[in-house]
Amino acid sequence: FLGAMFVPMQLFSPLIRNREIIRIYSTAYNFHGRHFCCQPQQLNPIPLKASLKKTTRPNNPAVCRVIAGPPHQYLQIKDYKTSAQRCYLTPPQVNSILKANEYSFKVPEFDGKNVSSVLGFDSNQLPANAPIEDRRSVATCLQTRGMLLGVFDGHAGCACAQAISERLFYYTAISLLPHETLLEIENAVESGRAVLPILQWHKHPNDYFSKEAAKLYFNSLRTYWQELIDLNSGESPIVKEALIHAFKRLDNDISLEAQVGDPNSFLNYWVLQVAFSGATACVAHIDGINLHIANTGDSRAVLGVQEEDGSWSAVTLSNDHTAQNENEVNRVHSEHPKPEEKTVVKQDRLLGLLMPFRAFGDVKFKWSIELQKRVLESGPDQLNENEYTKFIPPNYHTPPYLTAEPEVIRHELRPQDKFLVLATDGLWETLHRQEVVRIVGEHITGVHLQQPISVGGYRVTLAQMHSLLMDRRARTTSVFEDQNAATRLIRHAVGNNEFGAVDHERLSKMLSLPEELARMYRDDITIIVVQFNSHIVGAHHKTST
Amino acid sequence: MRGCCAVQGRALPRILSDAWWWTRGPRWQSLCRWRRGTSTATEAVPTSLPTEARVVICGGGIVGTAVAYHLSKLGWKEILLLEQGRLGAGTTRFCAGIVSTVKHRSIETKMADYSNKLYQQLEQETGIKTGYVKSGSLSLAQTQDRLISLRRLVSRLNVVGEKCEMVLAAFGPLFEVPDLTYRYRVNNTPLRLGANSFICGALAANRIGVQIHERTSVTHVLVEKGHVIGVETDRGHIDCDYFVNCAGQWAYELGLSNEEPVTIPLHACEHFYLLTQPLQPPLQPSLPVITDLDGRIYIRDWRGGVLSGGFEKTPKPLFTEGRNQLEFSNMHEDWDQFEPLLSALLRRMPALESSEILQLVNCPESFTPDMRCIMGETPNVRGYFVLAGMNSAGASLAGGAGRFQALWGVFHPFSVFFSPSNRMWPLDIKRFGALQSSRTFLRHRVMEVMPLIYELKVPRWDFQTGRQLRTSPLYDRLDAQGARWMEKHGFERAKFFVPPAKDLLALDQSKTFYKPDWFDIVGSEVKCCKEAVCVIDMSSFTKFELNSTGDQALELLQRLCSNDLDVPVGHIVHTGMLNERGGYENDCSVVRLNKRSYFFFLNSPIFPCAGSSQHTRENLIFSCVVTLLLSFLALNLIGPRAVDVLSELSYVPMTPDHFPSLFCKEMSVGYANGIRVMSMTHTGEPGFIIYIPIEYALHVYNEVMSVGQKYGIRNAGYYALRSLRIERFFAFWGQDLDNFTTPLECGREFRVKFDKDTDFIGREALLFQRQEGVTRRFTMFILEDHNTDLDLWPWWGEPIFRNGHYVGTTTSSAYSYTLQQHVCLGFVQHFDLETGERLVVTPDFINRGEYKIEIGGQCFRAKAKLYPFSNLFAQKWQKDAMELGDVQSK
Repeated sequence: FLGAMFVPMQLFSPLIRNREIIRIYSTAYNFHGRHFCCQPQQLNPIPLKASLKKTTRPNNPAVCRVIAGPPHQYLQIKDYKTSAQRCYLTPPQVNSILKANEYSFKVPEFDGKNVSSVLGFDSNQLPANAPIEDRRSVATCLQTRGMLLGVFDGHAGCACAQAISERLFYYTAISLLPHETLLEIENAVESGRAVLPILQWHKHPNDYFSKEAAKLYFNSLRTYWQELIDLNSGESPIVKEALIHAFKRLDNDISLEAQVGDPNSFLNYWVLQVAFSGATACVAHIDGINLHIANTGDSRAVLGVQEEDGSWSAVTLSNDHTAQNENEVNRVHSEHPKPEEKTVVKQDRLLGLLMPFRAFGDVKFKWSIELQKRVLESGPDQLNENEYTKFIPPNYHTPPYLTAEPEVIRHELRPQDKFLVLATDGLWETLHRQEVVRIVGEHITGVHLQQPISVGGYRVTLAQMHSLLMDRRARTTSVFEDQNAATRLIRHAVGNNEFGAVDHERLSKMLSLPEELARMYRDDITIIVVQFNSHIVGAHHKTST
Repeated sequence: MRGCCAVQGRALPRILSDAWWWTRGPRWQSLCRWRRGTSTATEAVPTSLPTEARVVICGGGIVGTAVAYHLSKLGWKEILLLEQGRLGAGTTRFCAGIVSTVKHRSIETKMADYSNKLYQQLEQETGIKTGYVKSGSLSLAQTQDRLISLRRLVSRLNVVGEKCEMVLAAFGPLFEVPDLTYRYRVNNTPLRLGANSFICGALAANRIGVQIHERTSVTHVLVEKGHVIGVETDRGHIDCDYFVNCAGQWAYELGLSNEEPVTIPLHACEHFYLLTQPLQPPLQPSLPVITDLDGRIYIRDWRGGVLSGGFEKTPKPLFTEGRNQLEFSNMHEDWDQFEPLLSALLRRMPALESSEILQLVNCPESFTPDMRCIMGETPNVRGYFVLAGMNSAGASLAGGAGRFQALWGVFHPFSVFFSPSNRMWPLDIKRFGALQSSRTFLRHRVMEVMPLIYELKVPRWDFQTGRQLRTSPLYDRLDAQGARWMEKHGFERAKFFVPPAKDLLALDQSKTFYKPDWFDIVGSEVKCCKEAVCVIDMSSFTKFELNSTGDQALELLQRLCSNDLDVPVGHIVHTGMLNERGGYENDCSVVRLNKRSYFFFLNSPIFPCAGSSQHTRENLIFSCVVTLLLSFLALNLIGPRAVDVLSELSYVPMTPDHFPSLFCKEMSVGYANGIRVMSMTHTGEPGFIIYIPIEYALHVYNEVMSVGQKYGIRNAGYYALRSLRIERFFAFWGQDLDNFTTPLECGREFRVKFDKDTDFIGREALLFQRQEGVTRRFTMFILEDHNTDLDLWPWWGEPIFRNGHYVGTTTSSAYSYTLQQHVCLGFVQHFDLETGERLVVTPDFINRGEYKIEIGGQCFRAKAKLYPFSNLFAQKWQKDAMELGDVQSK
């Protein structure tokens, strides 16, 4: 059946050329789509001795090291070796790959409105799948205070992650709005007036929104706020509940849209793609010193705390929803009858198939068998030609097996909380959270505490000083140095050698992997690093205590 | 809010580090002599403090010594000057200034002018050479807009007797000007002060009987019954009648340390300037002070080398969380911060590349929220005077780096400080309310203010920081309808409403001295006010109620107001509250609600106390109950159809028979009952002002808008209001009127009732003036040959010429959409051509002149009018007919 799981690649990744699909098919049997497959394959660094032995052949050790890791031998290794030798990347090339998706946003200290506890954020992503299945979103709430940041890790295609990245924040923001504002928005829409802007997005040019589905999404969203208006409890929304409600509601809407379909054939196909693929989400809502993390799946949020002695420590603010989380396994067991205990979690996977225990989409784990069949029968032909969609997970007795309900953790920011890292599992698999916090901590303090220049009695001409200053500025804005903390993390995640330092050769090799092989050595990585304004947080803290 | 126009920089002699100062200072010897001579007061082990004094001055910097000197000159005795460190050890030590009389406001020019004279006088008195040089200054314009702003400045300065010219600058070999689009210069005569000028002042002050105590810090000021009674220092208690806070950057905290805190809104920013070793050959002191405004730098000579600093775009505010002197004296050089200025300097003077750095001086300066210095008596504590934010204001006002100039300028206003006789309002501390004293606000605002010093200042700019502090309950609603906002005392006012589907330029691009991009938008709002009906949110205007148990309210108001307030209940009276000189302390409309209570409506967002003299304040506070009505929304319905909208909403006939003009009634509007409706507007158009408790605000607004739809109702903003009131020749307090303008000078004699029973404040002065005649007269000018599309627009402060002679400046201006011409308002004076003496201005004098108004160097013919048009439309028809006639005759 595993083979069958990957047939949808044809369906969901139309961008991949036919010829490649066959190759991917064969490799993916074991490696593609970590969520579906066996244990992640770590890049086992070879022992120091071994690498020293190989230093006589300057070009090859890294290659050997890389390929020495995986337990199985493949035909492709040969191809890879030759291609890797051919495509040795120079530092600027490495940088252009690493920086292609990097984005930074600095919250203006005086924007005329609120003083924000967020200084700004850095984000970046590095694809391993083609196309990348991770998504990220950041937006400022305009009608309430606060900022929303999220990373989304898609599986079985990127459709679901894409939809979540566009829609989830609207659902969250709407859930947070007071009744009057909802009424005002509804009245504005009703009378065709301009609607109050709800979110201000901070997007990288590569983070796109689908134009075709916008109308559909908007209608679903409007139904949601109309229901919220009718349900008016008279109380202002609580962030935690709003987040949970928004997550569940969006998942529900995704499911409903797929059941109802759309007269537009492209959209009809799209909503099915969204529903049949899946995505995990890890979202942070920051308002003043109140930090909420809503997590569904196995992405993670880690807080960087600077101790009094200047050292860094990591505080994890989310729980992974995987088989490694005992509570989560117990939860799943409790939701299904006793006889299913052995089948519902098998080989550390849900029904032996799915790695995250909570996710958006993935209706194959949520709908009843009848519903799945009915939707497929009325669905477009492309869907029926597909083996995967017809496939029903084994031991599928008491759906739903999967939920999108997030676990929300609230944290009150303290002055020592300097930053927050949100990242998909691609990062956490390669770097320990302590290491992540150390790298980011050193990065941000390094940028801020650049050694000041002092003339101090030396004979310096203006021209010398000027060129020195220009150098310094060039260095801080250099393309060779990472200004972006997320880029630096990726550099470490991909290029770290056995000593925890970035090895350019290794980095270059890892980045020049051919598309079809990349996924074997690393997962998609998406990172958002949010930096807090300790000044403001401290002030808040003082007034609140 | 009005802003200063770009002004150019002036040089600044500055003093280096401590070491430099004490060991290498060229006048070290004289200094020692001075110190010995005054050892009783200034030695490290000082004599005991006196236990009482008349005046205690806190702060031994340039400001404090200046104040002490001047007070004693005025014959005050028992003056005590306290300094927490050493004399002149704070900002004064690090910074010294360029003196220029180039000023934006006349009061500032006067201050500077005075300092020039005083300066020479000081040299004679003390015998210490202060080493000032008359060097001239030169401002560079790189862009067309900058050139315009310089031209405006020149035309303003020339009429007040400062010699300025625009010339193609001749540069020495040191300068490169490849990127200069316009190499013009403004010639004037700034002075540069020597490093020890302030010592000179201190010495002079000491000689004439001021006691100076160093290493004595004031912990707090003792206040009893709202009056200063003494100060507490770390060396003991001192009784005093007056306290002067000249603590510079520490003034804010000293003010807050009071039992009854005094807010002095200022905040420090780091400011850097570079000193080089002497050049070969040394730079001559005759080099004019060069200000490259677009490069954000000033350049002058300094002991044969160059002194150059500037105001960078991204300033570093500091001491937000408080400060101490230790921090202050340990300020570090920050070359990375200085880098943009250094680049600008090297671009202008490439020859400097090989010269060596002597030092980069970090000299924090304090800035105020509106770029003007702070002086005067605090509104809440009598006898507590402030003269601070001086540095920042000195720097800002001068538009350059000069601080000494402003500091020395202090002498002049300070002499009149206790008996005001000059137009101090722009600098008075009372212009600030408590709302400008939030630390966060100040931090953010000074980050905007400091770069603004060299920023191009165009008409109608607004501060972008510290916004949305006070808003009307309709703010979001109006904002969603396209309102663009301005700020007045922290209150957001809609300027105009951008219709849907129309986009205006971005903020940066809309900066212009010419016709602005909102021209048509405001035009259609004005048209709607004239032909249909408009709603203007007037919540930012102050309103309050005065109640008493008996007749006290009436008695008080009869004494305070020049008009007769003993009117039937329900009537509205326009009146001013005057001071003893007959000047307007404020201008308001008063409604008699019933026998014992009155309702006030002011055209500015400040409480009248801010502008009123002491007795007014006391009387208001102690004899009656004053309620500030902050929780009211004021909606102004302007236009001929306002009557229809209101009568439909209230089912009450609103015709003039039932509801005469200048009348107030409580009635229901929509579902809301007890809404106060007044038949008056601030523009002279027909209309009403409705006062709505805020809980009804949205309801009433929605009702008005939906009922008004069929009458063509729309929102209008403050620009439309302004255009309407100016074409009707309505003067506004704070813009046109100040507390030196009397009703007789602005044609409002009819609002003064000399024959009412009560002897109102200012009556005597007015009677005297009526007999003698006025020496200035508020006049309306219609620009005749001004092309709205192509010519520079008037703003305010443009010189007015009568028969070729300067007679005054404009105070406000607006385009009149009805007349289709620009209207300027301003004061006309009559100077004797021989002596310069101010003569009486008669209507005849006004009417019999040929007028021209100079805008940025270009003169436009203007028609003067003393009274408003009785019928604006008739005027327009006449004009149209004439034009038509012209066409036909051709």
